Amino acid sequence: MIRFILRRLAQAVPTLLVVVTVSFFLMRLAPGGPFDLERPLAPAALENLRRVYGLDRPLIVQFGSYLAALAQGDLGPSFSFRDMSVLDLIARGLPVSALLGTLALVLATGLGVGLGIAAALRRGGVIDRLLGIGAALTLSLPSFVVAPLLQIAFGLTLRWLPLSGWADGAPSHLVLPVITLALPQVGALARLTRASLGEILRTQPVRTMRSLGLPPIRVTRHALRGALLPVVAYLGPLAASLLTGSVVVETIFGLPGIGRYFVEGALNRDYTLVMGTVLLVAGLVMTLNLAADLACAWLDPRLRVAT
Amino acid sequence: MRLARMPGALASLTVLILIALACLIGPALTGHDFERAYPDLRQLPAGLPAQPDAAHLGPALERLAFRMRVRLDAVEREGDALRLTLASDAGVDRRSLVYLPRSALFGAPMIVEERDGGRTLVVAVPLRRLYFPLGTDVQGRDLLTRCLAAGRISLAIGLAASLVALLIGVAYGATAGFLGGAADAVMMRFVDVLYALPFVFFVILLLVFFRPSLTLMLVAIAAVEWLDMARVVRAQTLSLRERDFVRAAHALGVGAPGIIARHIVPNTLAPVAVTATLLVPQVILLESFLSFLGLGVQEPQTSWGVLVADGARSIEAAPHMLAAPAAFLIATLVALNLFGDALADALDPSAG
Repeated sequence: MIRFILRRLAQAVPTLLVVVTVSFFLMRLAPGGPFDLERPLAPAALENLRRVYGLDRPLIVQFGSYLAALAQGDLGPSFSFRDMSVLDLIARGLPVSALLGTLALVLATGLGVGLGIAAALRRGGVIDRLLGIGAALTLSLPSFVVAPLLQIAFGLTLRWLPLSGWADGAPSHLVLPVITLALPQVGALARLTRASLGEILRTQPVRTMRSLGLPPIRVTRHALRGALLPVVAYLGPLAASLLTGSVVVETIFGLPGIGRYFVEGALNRDYTLVMGTVLLVAGLVMTLNLAADLACAWLDPRLRVAT
Repeated sequence: MRLARMPGALASLTVLILIALACLIGPALTGHDFERAYPDLRQLPAGLPAQPDAAHLGPALERLAFRMRVRLDAVEREGDALRLTLASDAGVDRRSLVYLPRSALFGAPMIVEERDGGRTLVVAVPLRRLYFPLGTDVQGRDLLTRCLAAGRISLAIGLAASLVALLIGVAYGATAGFLGGAADAVMMRFVDVLYALPFVFFVILLLVFFRPSLTLMLVAIAAVEWLDMARVVRAQTLSLRERDFVRAAHALGVGAPGIIARHIVPNTLAPVAVTATLLVPQVILLESFLSFLGLGVQEPQTSWGVLVADGARSIEAAPHMLAAPAAFLIATLVALNLFGDALADALDPSAG
C-alpha cells in the first residue's frame, strides 16, 4: 500500500511538470502582455515594469527561475492585483470554492446515491422510471441556464434569497450556487449507483443470499459495498472539479473563488496567477484521484493485490 | 432490433431529427435573415400576432417623422395600408420618403395628394406584416431564426468535434489494446496523465490568449474529449485480441494494421456507438459553455451558448430571450442523452 502511494506520488511530479511547462509556454507564446492597458504606458515605464517583474530576460531563463521559486513553494507576485502574491490570492479564493464545493458534493452524493439505491431496489418502480428521465434532464441542464433561472425564481420573483454576492459566506448566499453546482451531479450519481447496484443484485452470490432467506436489508448492505466502487471512483474527479470552483457558477453569482481568479488572471494576462490556479487545480485533481483509488482499494480487496 | 421497441428511444430520435431539420431548412422559411435587425421592434415578447402592432406603430412613425423632418398631422389605417398626412413649414422633401421602406415596416409609398404648395403631403403606404413567433432580441432580430441558425453551428460543432474525438480515440485505443504489453502500458499511462490535467482550464487559456475561432475551439474540444473513447475501445480490444478469429487472421499472415482495421474496430462498434452518442451532448455543452463565456462562437455567427448568454444578460426585461434558446439547447441535450441510454440498453446483452 505504501509503495503504491509512493509510486503515485512519484508519477504526480512529471504530470505537474507537464502542466507547468504547457501553461507557461502557452501563455508566453500568445500575443499580448500583462501591461497592455487601454492607455498605453510610456515606453520607459513599460521597460521598467518589465525589468522589475523579470519579463525582459530570455524566456528560458524566466522559466528556470519560475521553477526554482516553485520548488520552494513560491508562486510569485500577482501582476494584476497590486501588492498581492499568488499565494495570498489562493488563500483568499480557495476557502470560498472549497466551502461551496464541499456542500455541493455532500448534497449531490446524499441525494444521488440515495435515489440510485431506491431505483435499483425497485426496478421499474416509480422512482426508477422518474430517474430515467430525471437523470437525463439534470445532465442536460447547463449550469449557465440553471443559474439565471434560479436567480429569477428565488431572487427576483419570490425574493427569498439574494441574487448574487458572497457576503463573507452568509448561508443565504450559498443556497443558489450550491444547488446549481450539485444538480447535474445528482443525476449522474443516481444513474451510476443504479447501474452498478442493479448489476450486483443480479449476481449469483446475491441470489444465493436471498434464497437462503437473508433479510433484504442485509443483502442490500452486502451488495452496496461492491456497488459503491464505481461511485467512489467517480467521486474523486468530481470532488476535484467541485472544490476547485466552477468558472460559470462563480462568474454568474459573483463569488470570489478560484474559478473567478483564474478567469480574471487569464483576461488580464496575469501569468503567475493563471499558473498558480492551474497548478492548484491539477494538484487537487491528482490528490483526490489518489484518495478515490485508496478508498476503492479499501472497499475491494482484489484491487489491493493488483496495485 | 430492440431499439425500435423502445418508445423513449423513438421519441428522442424523432425530436432530434425534427430539431436538425428545423435548423437546416428553418432559417430559409421564417422570412427573416438571422442578422436582420428591426430597430423599431426590439425585445418583442413571443407571440403570433402580426407586427408592427398598434403599440409599436405609433412610436415607429414618430421616429420616422423626426428623421424625415416632418410633422405627422394625421394617420389613418385602411386595412393593410396607412394614409399619412405629413406637413413641414419648409415644404416636405419627397426624397425623404425613402425612409419609409427603409425601416422594413412599410412598403413603397405613393403620393396621393399635395396641398399648400408642397407643405403638406398625403401619402399612402402599405404596411408590411411581420411575424416573430418567439419574439425579438435586444437589437430587434427575429429570435426563432436566430435560434435555428445558432442550432446549425451548435450541432455542426457537436458532430464535427465528436467525430474527430471518435477517430482519435478509436485509433489510439485499438492500437494500445492490440499491441498490449509495454506499449499499452505507456500509451494508457499517457492517457492517465492527460486525465489529470485541468483541461477545461487549458481550453479557456487557449481561447483567451489566442483569438477565439471555430477551428481552435474544434481542436480544443476534440483534444479534451477523446480520452473516454480511447479507454472504452482499449478495454474492448483487450478481450477481442484473444479471440479465435483474430488469432486465425494472425496465423494467415495479416499484419497488425490490417487486423485492427478489419477485425478489431468493427467489433468495437457497439460500445463506440454508445460512447459517441453520449459524447455529442457533452461537446455541445462544452461549446455552449465556452460561447457563454464569450470565448467560443463570435458575432456575427451565433450558437445556442451565445444566445443563452444574451438572454441571461437581459433576463429581467425579456425572459423569453433566455427561454427560447435554452429550450432548444436542453431539448437537444435531453434527446441525445436519452437516445444514448436507450442505445446502451439495447446493445447490452445482459439487460433483460
